[in-house]
Amino acid sequence: MTISRRQLVGGLTGAGIASIAAPRILPAQISEPIRVGLLAAKTGPLASGGIDMDLALTMFLKEHGGILAGRKVELIVADTAGVPATARTKAQELIEKEKVGCIIGPLAAFEALAIADYLTEKEVPTLGVAAAEDMTQRHPSPWFVRLTSTSAQCTYPLAEYVTKELKFQKIVTVADDFAYGHEMCAGFQRAFEDYGGKIIQKIFTPLATPDYGSYVAQVKSADAIFLGTAGSNGFRFLRQFVEYGLKEKMAVIGGMTALDESVLRNMGDEALGIVTTSWYSAELDNPLNKAFAPAFRANFKYDPGYYAASTYLAGEVLEAALNATKGDVVDKKALMTAVRGNNAQTIRGVIKFDEYGNVIGNVYIRRVAKIEGRLVNAVIKTYPDVTQFWTYDKTAFLQSPVYSRDYPPAKNLEP
Amino acid sequence: MQFWIIQGLNSLSLGGLLFLLSSGFSLIFGLMRLANLTHGAFFMLGTYFAAVALRSFEGLNIWITALGVGVTVAAMGGLFERLVLRRLRANPLGQVLVTLGMSFIISDACLMMWGGDSIPVPTPRNLQAPTRLFGFVFPTYRLVLVGCAIAAAVVLYLLLERTRLGAMIRAGVDDSQMARAVGIRVSNLFTMVFALGAGIAGAAGVLGGPILSAYPGLDADMLPLALIVVILGGIGSLPGAFVGSFIIGTIYTFGTALFPELAYIILFLPMIFVIAFRPQGLFGRVIA
Amino acid sequence: MKWLATIVIVASFALPPFFAGDFYINLASQILIASIFALSLNLLVGFGGMTSLGHASYLGIAAYVSALLTSRYGFGHGAAAMLSLSATVVMAALFGLIALRASGLGFLMITLALSQVLWGLAYRMSGVTNGDNGVAGLTRPAPFGIPLETPASFYWFVLFIAVLSFLMMAIFVSSAFGSSLRGVRDQPRRMAALGFNPWLIRWITFVYAGFWGGISGLLYVYYHKYIHPSALSITSSAEALLGVIAGGSGTLGGPVVGAAVVLLLKNFASAYVERWNMLLGFVFLFIVLVMPAGIVPGVEKLTARFRGKRS
Repeated sequence: MTISRRQLVGGLTGAGIASIAAPRILPAQISEPIRVGLLAAKTGPLASGGIDMDLALTMFLKEHGGILAGRKVELIVADTAGVPATARTKAQELIEKEKVGCIIGPLAAFEALAIADYLTEKEVPTLGVAAAEDMTQRHPSPWFVRLTSTSAQCTYPLAEYVTKELKFQKIVTVADDFAYGHEMCAGFQRAFEDYGGKIIQKIFTPLATPDYGSYVAQVKSADAIFLGTAGSNGFRFLRQFVEYGLKEKMAVIGGMTALDESVLRNMGDEALGIVTTSWYSAELDNPLNKAFAPAFRANFKYDPGYYAASTYLAGEVLEAALNATKGDVVDKKALMTAVRGNNAQTIRGVIKFDEYGNVIGNVYIRRVAKIEGRLVNAVIKTYPDVTQFWTYDKTAFLQSPVYSRDYPPAKNLEP
Repeated sequence: MQFWIIQGLNSLSLGGLLFLLSSGFSLIFGLMRLANLTHGAFFMLGTYFAAVALRSFEGLNIWITALGVGVTVAAMGGLFERLVLRRLRANPLGQVLVTLGMSFIISDACLMMWGGDSIPVPTPRNLQAPTRLFGFVFPTYRLVLVGCAIAAAVVLYLLLERTRLGAMIRAGVDDSQMARAVGIRVSNLFTMVFALGAGIAGAAGVLGGPILSAYPGLDADMLPLALIVVILGGIGSLPGAFVGSFIIGTIYTFGTALFPELAYIILFLPMIFVIAFRPQGLFGRVIA
Repeated sequence: MKWLATIVIVASFALPPFFAGDFYINLASQILIASIFALSLNLLVGFGGMTSLGHASYLGIAAYVSALLTSRYGFGHGAAAMLSLSATVVMAALFGLIALRASGLGFLMITLALSQVLWGLAYRMSGVTNGDNGVAGLTRPAPFGIPLETPASFYWFVLFIAVLSFLMMAIFVSSAFGSSLRGVRDQPRRMAALGFNPWLIRWITFVYAGFWGGISGLLYVYYHKYIHPSALSITSSAEALLGVIAGGSGTLGGPVVGAAVVLLLKNFASAYVERWNMLLGFVFLFIVLVMPAGIVPGVEKLTARFRGKRS
């Protein structure tokens, strides 16, 4: 039965993956392959990101001929369906049935939180992409690192950029009404107001919102609107925003997922000029990304974004760590130390980890532009080595409550 | 003032969309006593078809698309009724199982075909510019949608009240045994009505597309709305569905704007009150 | 003879931990939990003729109350379990008062609406429920000092509760009250004419079903050690309802089989079939077309026919 799944994965990406399936056929003189598990929501509302996560990681392994640090690597992909309870069962499947040596993913904060304790209990090295602040702040785990960004990490540079360079003073925020949106808006608000700006309105829309018209009509007049959204909801909000003629009246800026490449590829010229912040852009000008992004586009006909980059990045970090341990995954502590200790060259630039397991790396301010007929996130400014604490004092940061819908309180809301 | 006018228009346009969505459901339930839980999936299918058609053929007219997609989805619905549903006539639980099962199949097929991204349905070019009235700006397409809903209501009303098919449907609704006795082939009638209901859902999906976009989960977002509207308006009553749609559109629009804290439950609280105090809905008859 | 067979079957249920891997034992625990949940829903759907699409309310409320009491307010598991079951029963009693004003599709919708309100509150009142981050860091109880941390010990614990629940629900439906419930389902007017109070019979059943839904909720939260609003969602209610119908509503074995089918497709087959949602849909279609009354009655019919041919 396991073979059939490997064929399935192979079927997605062509024959190159066959080398991964080979070990079972070859005689036993070759050592057991390293088994890597990917938790990705490939069905349900989060499917867009989950599918890209799978494609990119599979592509990474294919590029390496299925071999990292001299050892065969076998990838087992489990579909979490975007449901916490299913994520938990799938994590058990990967660990108890498939005996994986490490786990990459999952995407959504609630999936990651549902399995965090379990992964710590089982001592499984996890290369996470979920953004929930506290997983690397007040409740870190020695077995967890985050390669992407906390919910708010990328918003601090944006706050600085829009106050100092764009001179925005009043901003309205809008986000999905769940923890990711709350945390991102809270972080942006904190930094923006510390730089002298004012958040005059915060709108949170329920996840299943049939019609954004009534929300769009509430938006107060300001210099800009900040989109803290992810996936299809922000996209639908933005479309209505344009339809109501508001884009002529105020600028649009956004967090790391709002104008992601996966959103851009379905947008028209209305997206032009929108400024967002992220730890990645398909347009990044470094040798690794110059190889990755065009190859991904050649394979799948669209640009890689947040989700694709996150697992490719995980592959790169894992490879660097395996090189350091000489391909050993049995000593999980050593593997984890290697993951945390390495300064890996990646498609997003060089990254390090802080003592809580969170990434320290470049954050890019991007502006949507049209190049060769495609909409892209052109990089307009780079903030090097941004940490999850930005310029704030770490101890004080950790002593205050985690960002939420109501913390820090918004003092400048207009009635 | 601007707030009330804009949100009032929003209520109307959402109401129009809801009527397009729920009238087919109501029609099917009225005749067949069948809660078609595939309805949301038919709607979503319509939206995806529209996204594909309108994005691949530049200049294709959305109204023609709606008609074509409506006919296509109607054919699928008719087939589904013929092959599966008719064997389950006196088995309401079986109907729940197959209609939900069918919606799983359709939504997973959509995910397989079109991936997880949300795909926009382009707004017709001549309706893209917002309408400016007395200094207010409002999307033109939304206004047109209200017109569509009213037109659809009139057509459906005439169909039911003024045509032979309508007379047969009404006879079937009132007393299917008697209808059978006077020579109406109720089973063909059922297929026709189911196909019609599915087709309306598909066409509604096309027309709702420019506002909603096609995305995985659209079916699950829309189905509860259809149920709420028909429960509020009275199950199987076309005027009920019409009035119910605009009431729900208004409650939703003003509710989320005035009481954002209640956004999650704003649609369900009124429904609980209605069912608790008037179980047959506003326009429904008491079913003996 | 029949008793002996029952004992053998139950005893065989106790065996998996001796030969199966952890993953499969955990899967079996989940099936048992889902079975209790489906059985409790079946009291309404199958025996009471009340198709509810909001049964996750009871699973969710018991799970949330227990999670919050133990993790935030320092309650012991025993007290927390009592309180959460009481809360579930009170809520079921209240919901019953509202929901039983409707019947048919109206009943389905009002149960759906009530559970959606709870879902919305769990999502929105993040100060209390921690919103969509869910409540994590939970523990399992240790009844009589026996820890339930290993898959095997937890499985046996769940099995014990499941057998108990099964018996209690079996006794309920085969009692005189159970037959009056079926009477109310099939002939409400005649029952009323005979001096029964159909409303009261339905309401008691509603509350009783809520109680066992709460039991499954406790086991659910013990198993996952995490609770999230999705446990209260329509999907969660619908899955149970589909399981009941697929297995055979109004039978005792049906919900168990149906819940197992749904859970295995979702959590096991999904590892091998990328389009497992579609598979689930086709399985439902197949079941209804081949065995319109559900798997258990369908199989019974088949074996009866088979026996008839033999003799």
